Amino acid sequence: MTSSQQKKLQEAFVEIVRKTSAELPQDVVDAVIEGLEREAKESRGEYALKIIQKNIELAKKKSQPLCQDTGSILFYIHYPRKLDSELLTKLVKKAVVSATKKGFLRQNSVDSLTGENNGTNVGPGTPTLHLEPWKKDHIEVKLMLKGGGCENVGAQYSLPDARIGAGRDLYGVKKCILDAVQQAQGKGCGPGVLGVIVGGDRATGYLASKEQFLRKMRDKNPNPVLSKLEEECLQEANQLGIGPMGFGGKTTLMGVKIGALNRLPASFFVSVSYMCWAFRRQGAKLSTQGKIQKWLY
Amino acid sequence: MIQLAAPFTEEKIRSLKVGDMVEISGVIFTGRDAVHKWLYEGNEPPVSLRDGIIYHCGPVVMKKKGQWVVTAAGPTTSTREEPYQATIIEKHGVRAVIGKGGMGEKTRQACQKFGCVYLHAVGGAAQVLAEAIKKVRTVYMLEKFGSPEAIWELEVENFPVVVTIDSHGNSLHKDIEAESAQNLSKLMQQIGKPAAAK
Repeated sequence: MTSSQQKKLQEAFVEIVRKTSAELPQDVVDAVIEGLEREAKESRGEYALKIIQKNIELAKKKSQPLCQDTGSILFYIHYPRKLDSELLTKLVKKAVVSATKKGFLRQNSVDSLTGENNGTNVGPGTPTLHLEPWKKDHIEVKLMLKGGGCENVGAQYSLPDARIGAGRDLYGVKKCILDAVQQAQGKGCGPGVLGVIVGGDRATGYLASKEQFLRKMRDKNPNPVLSKLEEECLQEANQLGIGPMGFGGKTTLMGVKIGALNRLPASFFVSVSYMCWAFRRQGAKLSTQGKIQKWLY
Repeated sequence: MIQLAAPFTEEKIRSLKVGDMVEISGVIFTGRDAVHKWLYEGNEPPVSLRDGIIYHCGPVVMKKKGQWVVTAAGPTTSTREEPYQATIIEKHGVRAVIGKGGMGEKTRQACQKFGCVYLHAVGGAAQVLAEAIKKVRTVYMLEKFGSPEAIWELEVENFPVVVTIDSHGNSLHKDIEAESAQNLSKLMQQIGKPAAAK
């Protein structure tokens, strides 16, 4: 790869970071507006959602971080086999350093042992890159920025769970999901979206639960059992009355996305990731020359 | 919408009730983990907090043409200050605390006893809240604690919040938690039962 090609790719990655940090994808904006219309006029829930809506518009206009916690940086990249994955990784990391310098990302990566922050967002485990080669001749980059408040309220259940009376079946799964919403109230900035995985092991369950957030808000789960479960959980969670920011109201969640992985006979995990309303997710189709050909969301 | 303008007297604070939507105009001070621990340990604040408002926030502040400018200023999670807040309210005569996520029993009691309120800002709304900050007056303890943890003295105009703990013993967080727990237990009992039985 020529050095000018590398430079172009790095610039494209920076632009993807900028757009993700400052602009919510349209499907999420639409869900916020739907929530706003659902809440009673002059209610606290409506008040919170109006401020949220204004914030979304302002951040886009000013091209500045929508939320000051620019969160965990999660890249999902598919690339043509002829490209060198080590080089791609290097370019992404350089782009993260540059985006941090430009103020699109907060200095958010802290050494867990010393408490030091080198200010670059690059260190062991940060940013997170999922790289997969594919047969197509373009690069596809998806990026999520997931804030700390909502990451802290993720939950993993091992069924059966006596505390909530959840057995090893889909009814038990639903109990876990509703319990997780109740526990998250006030802490994860609502209205939120859930990514859930039924099965897997402790690591793969959480990993795949985050990948559920790559789906669009109003898509339909191809699995009819999961599709029904998603609809039921959304509808029932919104009967809890927690509302935007935990102020009370009808919109506690904007969406529930559920996937399933095979499990060991001895294990039955339900892994729940919570995404706050500041659901920063973007994606782009890139040529290997570094040209952004199309935005994906 | 209720306007809460400086000076923040006990009378004005006591007139606020849980659920009130309020816009603040006047001076507020940021303070988060380091400041709370330090005051709790008995150190004197560099500026009087009497009849003042503390904001749980680590703002992003840039120096532009010699002037400090706040570019992002959303609230941080308040519960981390729960061990310290009541003592600080009592000792320093703080009249309001702004944050997100609510606070616990000790703070609720201190609000009632000493005439203080907890004001909930919308989490994540960094740009809207930064726009309500009109001026950075000065900064204290910048070298000791670093920028996010320093005490920033800010002039705000129509800064939007909701009263979620008032000075009469009420807490919206407590109420909503109890209400949603009840709703949850009803839903849980229905799960797995045939639809006809609902």
